[in-house]
Amino acid sequence: MKNPVNRRPTLRFLAPLALALTLLAPSLPAVQPDEILADPALEARAREISKGLRCLVCRNENIDDSDAALARDLRILLRDRITAGDTDEAAVAFIVDRYGEYVLLSPQTNGSALVVWLAGPAMLVLGGAIALQMLRRRARAPVPSALSAEEETELANMLRRDP
Amino acid sequence: MIVELGHFALVLALAVALVQTVLPIWGAQKGDLRLMAVAGPAAIVQFVLVATAFGALTMAFVTSDFSLRLVVNNSHTLKPLIYKFAGVWGNHEGSLLLWVLDLAAFSAAAVWFGQNLPLRLKARVLAVQGAIGAAFLAFMLFTSNPFLRLASPPMNGGDLNPLLQDPGLAFHPPFLYLGYVGLSMSFSFAVAALLEGRVDAAWGRWVRPWTLAAWIFLTIGISLGSWWAYYELGWGGFWFWDPVENASLMPWLCATALLHSAIVVEKRESLKAWTILLAIMAFGFSLIGTFIVRSGVITSVHAFAEDPSRGVVILFLLVVFVGGALMLFAARAGALEAKGVFQMISRESALVANNLLLSVAAFVVFVGTIWPLVSELAFNRVISVGEPFFNAAFTPFFVALAVILPVGSILAWKRGDLARSVRGLWPVAIVALAFGGLAWSMATNRTLLGPIGAALGAWVIFGALSDLWGRTGKAGASGRLGRLTRLPRADWGRMVAHSGLGAVIFAASAMTAWVTEDILVVKPGESFALGSYEVQLVAVRDVKGPNYTSTMAEMLVSRDGAEVVRLFPEKRFYPVAGMPTTEAAIDYGVWRDLYLVIGDPQDGGGWAVRSYIKPFANWLWGGALLMAFGGLLSLSDRRYRVAAGAARRGAAPVAAE
Repeated sequence: MKNPVNRRPTLRFLAPLALALTLLAPSLPAVQPDEILADPALEARAREISKGLRCLVCRNENIDDSDAALARDLRILLRDRITAGDTDEAAVAFIVDRYGEYVLLSPQTNGSALVVWLAGPAMLVLGGAIALQMLRRRARAPVPSALSAEEETELANMLRRDP
Repeated sequence: MIVELGHFALVLALAVALVQTVLPIWGAQKGDLRLMAVAGPAAIVQFVLVATAFGALTMAFVTSDFSLRLVVNNSHTLKPLIYKFAGVWGNHEGSLLLWVLDLAAFSAAAVWFGQNLPLRLKARVLAVQGAIGAAFLAFMLFTSNPFLRLASPPMNGGDLNPLLQDPGLAFHPPFLYLGYVGLSMSFSFAVAALLEGRVDAAWGRWVRPWTLAAWIFLTIGISLGSWWAYYELGWGGFWFWDPVENASLMPWLCATALLHSAIVVEKRESLKAWTILLAIMAFGFSLIGTFIVRSGVITSVHAFAEDPSRGVVILFLLVVFVGGALMLFAARAGALEAKGVFQMISRESALVANNLLLSVAAFVVFVGTIWPLVSELAFNRVISVGEPFFNAAFTPFFVALAVILPVGSILAWKRGDLARSVRGLWPVAIVALAFGGLAWSMATNRTLLGPIGAALGAWVIFGALSDLWGRTGKAGASGRLGRLTRLPRADWGRMVAHSGLGAVIFAASAMTAWVTEDILVVKPGESFALGSYEVQLVAVRDVKGPNYTSTMAEMLVSRDGAEVVRLFPEKRFYPVAGMPTTEAAIDYGVWRDLYLVIGDPQDGGGWAVRSYIKPFANWLWGGALLMAFGGLLSLSDRRYRVAAGAARRGAAPVAAE
């Protein structure tokens, strides 16, 4: 959010189901020219890591895209760590230590957060097993009579009526 | 006066909706024809009344009636006329009115187009529609009334959020709502079928056009929103995996699955219970989406947090409708006997796999969207689930879907021959791999994303073309060409929609993998290189718009000394709302978009400028439009028209395929 303070309270609910209203950071996005590191390899690493870190005061933006002052602070902090020689993991750990795991846009793979990671595969296995069983049953099922007895009589009546 | 008429019409609509709910369903249960016959006229009257209310509110916005609270909060006399219209649904109350209007319109359409429906089924469908309408009308009147007056009207209004003052976003909600609400028809048909205890091929044929229509609207609505995000937000992203976006993606995934499973019901009388369940879930996800967006519980930090008490009401409606339908489903699903017999390798199985992948994908989105809330409430652990997660956890299912699509769509019903189908697809596979290889050799950065996207996109597109060609039989080329023109529109629709999906897959990966980007400080008169282009910042001027001021840059793009285009990116400021917006300047092209953004003035003189070359960007929206157009072709297929027209002639010879 660019200017959360400026927004009038009456305009709170402008999300008429609008897609992507999230990002309502309406001004020039993100990385400013003065932040960019001189070494392109380091800068590329910083950009890549930035995409996985959340701007904590924004709705759902990574710090690479956000305009908020905090995002800028985080970007500079991250670049400082990288310039100081931290590995990617160490730099991220440094920020998570200070800002909590909420800063990670991709949840960690431990404890209860594991649920999000396992939900899809587990559902696929479960659904696949059910589907497979259903398919087996269908393949073995006897070919049903096309019409029920009741429908046969009805059809016969209709055919008799028809000249 | 007109406002009071609108208000009154809305109250009356609630009364009519209650009648539409109670009498027909009672009549259907008792077999009373007179009570069942109430449904049709009631639905039409309800539509007319809600339309009157909507017209009254629109009138208030267009004439800037500042005695209305809603108009004061969302409009301004200086706002361009088109956004005075768009302002009607650019807020909670008005958008709810649009939601109810769409609902009533779908019910009325069911009366007009559904003249061949059995009376009992029709009465039940309309009764369920009436119940949904009554619930939302009551919700609107008691908690979110758009017609509230102010005792002392101000001289002018607070203006509409500037981000919504944009053609893409002005028309994005109406399409999206038509999609969300259209799924209520599938829901109503499902509940009516459960009440009847009977689902057959005819039911499949009746429900499919409604689902298809809703799906088309949803597709257009989502792509409009994505396009808006692309050009308005200033860095050319098109999908952000935000809860609000996910809210629209989940029903879309369910509706897509439903479209495919309804084919199996229609042609093979199988997957009945599953199709009913999907129809319930698709509308359920629409309601969940409504809840997510309007309650503000999911993303507590964002600025649009709606009053949570309203969210609770929506949650209650969700539980009543979806919970009720699911209970009915649990009680009756056993009675829905499957008839079709098919082998493990068959079109039916392929469609089962399609449904499995689509619903698992929807489930991943659902869990990812609500888990932060669950985690915070149940485990006291605040986590984020964002783009990197969805890219990793959602994409594999979609890739798998794209891989099996061309194979599945040429398998025969009942008993397919996998070896033969795969043999026929060898040329397609070779073409796809060639495209992947070409992408690999031409790209400067060696990521796998681009080539894989190119290969997968080509596989889906050429698979769809080969599928259509395969439908023309075995005669000579000229005979096959002749037959091509006589193929049913549903076949064409399928080819077009599947090709659209291929284009979307390709474009999404190409845009992500091969973007060229630069962030620079540029002084007026200076130039910089962007890919093979040369961009010059000619000048920066201050310009005044109707309700904003703008800092407008003039930028000259040239290539090999020849002018390509002159672009005018802007930074606008809307004084009434107190908000800035970025207006990127985009030169749209078939192969690439040039995307320029002007930023803040810098301390040492000059301006921050962001520039991008976005390859194949238009293929994304083009592909989405192709998908919608394919749906439209399918919707216009003769079979549905025959079924609809036959009733008017008195007879009802529904062709057995």
